[in-house]
Amino acid sequence: MIERSHHDMGGQPGGKVEPTEHDYADWERRVDAMAVILFGVFTGKRRITVDEHRKNIEALPPEAYDKLTYYEKWISALTQTLIQRGIITTEELGRKMEEVARRKK
Amino acid sequence: MKPQFATNFPAVDARFDKGDRVRVRKTAPLGHIRTPFYIRGHVGEIERFCGSFPNPEELAQMRDGLPAQPLYRVRFKQKEVWPDYKGPDSDVVEIEIYQHWLEKA
Repeated sequence: MIERSHHDMGGQPGGKVEPTEHDYADWERRVDAMAVILFGVFTGKRRITVDEHRKNIEALPPEAYDKLTYYEKWISALTQTLIQRGIITTEELGRKMEEVARRKK
Repeated sequence: MKPQFATNFPAVDARFDKGDRVRVRKTAPLGHIRTPFYIRGHVGEIERFCGSFPNPEELAQMRDGLPAQPLYRVRFKQKEVWPDYKGPDSDVVEIEIYQHWLEKA
């Protein structure tokens, strides 16, 4: 079966490109920093590879792939990768999400 | 052929030389694939040998990607890739492709 993956869009009609200037939100800077640490860019201590990260971005369902922003894709993929690597557990992630949700109230 | 970047990974022997005609394998395995879908099945010419690097398809699955795969920059004629291409005949697209995706054309 020869089938194009959703993310592999080269040559597909994509509409007009509208460049806009924007600054990054604090959470986006944190996601970027976390990736740089996990890739071991400055320390050489690599915990995950950029290829695992990309695989998990590319594995997003097509609807999510189209809808999520750049760093939303990153945080989704990084979370998957950390679980797959055993660096965090789903239990820890779930508990932290509850804690943060409570903080907002 | 001398690589553009020398690496120390244990590597598969480089099978192609500058100027060799190569065909990109037309297949679509699951996983993280760096060979764009639109170029699969097309014939191009080896422009340079970039060096040998761990196989990203293996790295994406949390393995070491060794032996390293030779990586080439391959030059394709735009007119051959896109049947409706309107630019001059001399226009090319260059893509870096790992050896295991290439066959002698």
